[in-house]
Amino acid sequence: MQTKNKGADTMCLRVENHVILEVDNNVPLVQITVDGKMIAAKEGEPILAALLANGIKINRYTLKKQEPRGLFCGIGQCTDCAMVVDGKPNVRTCITPVRDGMVVETQNGLHKEVERK
Amino acid sequence: MIEKDVVIVGAGPAGLAAGIEASKAGANVLIIDLNIKPGGQLFKQIHKFFGSSAHRSGTRGMDIGMLLLREAEENGVEIWLKSTVIGLFPGNKVAVEKGLENEAKEVVTILAKKIIVATGASENVVRFKGWTKPGVMGAGAAQTMINVNHVKPGEKVVMLGSGNVGLIVSYQLMQAGCDVVALVEAAPKIGGYAVHAAKIRRAGVPIYMKHTIIEAIGDETDCVKEVVIAEVDDKFQPISGTEKVIEADCVAIAAGLKPTVELTRLLNCEFTFNGVFGGFIPLHNKNMETSVEGVYVAGDATGVEEANTALEEGRIAGIAAAQSLSLIADKEAEEKKDAIWKRLEMLRLGPFGERRLSAKEVVLAEYLNKVGMPQAEIKLKG
Repeated sequence: MQTKNKGADTMCLRVENHVILEVDNNVPLVQITVDGKMIAAKEGEPILAALLANGIKINRYTLKKQEPRGLFCGIGQCTDCAMVVDGKPNVRTCITPVRDGMVVETQNGLHKEVERK
Repeated sequence: MIEKDVVIVGAGPAGLAAGIEASKAGANVLIIDLNIKPGGQLFKQIHKFFGSSAHRSGTRGMDIGMLLLREAEENGVEIWLKSTVIGLFPGNKVAVEKGLENEAKEVVTILAKKIIVATGASENVVRFKGWTKPGVMGAGAAQTMINVNHVKPGEKVVMLGSGNVGLIVSYQLMQAGCDVVALVEAAPKIGGYAVHAAKIRRAGVPIYMKHTIIEAIGDETDCVKEVVIAEVDDKFQPISGTEKVIEADCVAIAAGLKPTVELTRLLNCEFTFNGVFGGFIPLHNKNMETSVEGVYVAGDATGVEEANTALEEGRIAGIAAAQSLSLIADKEAEEKKDAIWKRLEMLRLGPFGERRLSAKEVVLAEYLNKVGMPQAEIKLKG
């Protein structure tokens, strides 16, 4: 199943100037691959944050109805943001930091590929 | 098997405060937390806290978090991050799964003389058509993204709920550069503090009282692009013909929180239902000890309140655990705990706080009635 995410070039959603927070815009960048496409991520940030910053909002499709799911709780409680990371499914991307060269794939059901009847 | 005097689940304000106090008394303390960083939800609280000077009023939550972390470090509190407590077993055995999700995990069992459960709370949801679509999320999730990860969850946000979380997160979304296009509240009155609501009003956010969301409509990828709201009647039912479509790519739901109680449930702690505190909570006494001897609770896991009450309850639990290990003289421990209970009374003041003060009294009284003394034996059901 092809992912329907709009992908990297649509928008940049990073917070860059903030009245209270000191946002470090000089954090070293790493490269990760999302469904075959390279995107830049800030070293140490959760996978989910890197995806959002690149306009990617869909993390997985549900098993029975193939409905999209994305960020919901953001703190590792709900599993809506689970993806296939380095070949391992069901990784909660909101609490898993990026690593240079990481391979991230949209999850279909419980795996990478959807099992269609 | 690893042995510890005190094992604490959760490195938020309650868990850190408990760890600091127990460690100060000389206990060998381990805090376990599933996150990458300690501090719980404190680091997303970038606003200044209320309260008295005893509670560092005027200090931002994130700065209180830094102070707590430093104090924990100075007192030699050990913290395991990226570690999840997956079970509590009779005999105070704590099963911990260590390791990140994408790495090989390891399960370790720890023998704890005392356990303090400070697992916090999770956000409630409101179910409307399309509530599962990407773009619909908890207000806390949106807050985590902007304030911790510095990423916007969307450009145009509809906030559902006008309690303090809804109001504060709306303001913080604007500080992060998001456009809050509507604040929707089913009740006829704003739920949170007037001072927070005034900030939202001054910023010109359209506020829809007696309204609710009836649908989130998706774009071609099924991510949120429009939100349908409608006026509700006195029974909170949508009134046909009052629908209004708002263009938005994010819905943040601020409908309160409920205590995270799985671990205390596993141990068959006595529970009670309390609406003020957000649902089912473990009964506890003034030591913050549950019906199971040696198992303590603190913070939102005992009833949803706020960071300062969590911190104070954590201190009580830490002192009480150390006291029961004979690490603090009874007189000193009682004095310390009394002083904290007095400070907690100050935090539970005013029209919002008084409800929590009396609710806490109900919980403490029910403990005395139903439990009396903590029980050593764990009664397994069935």
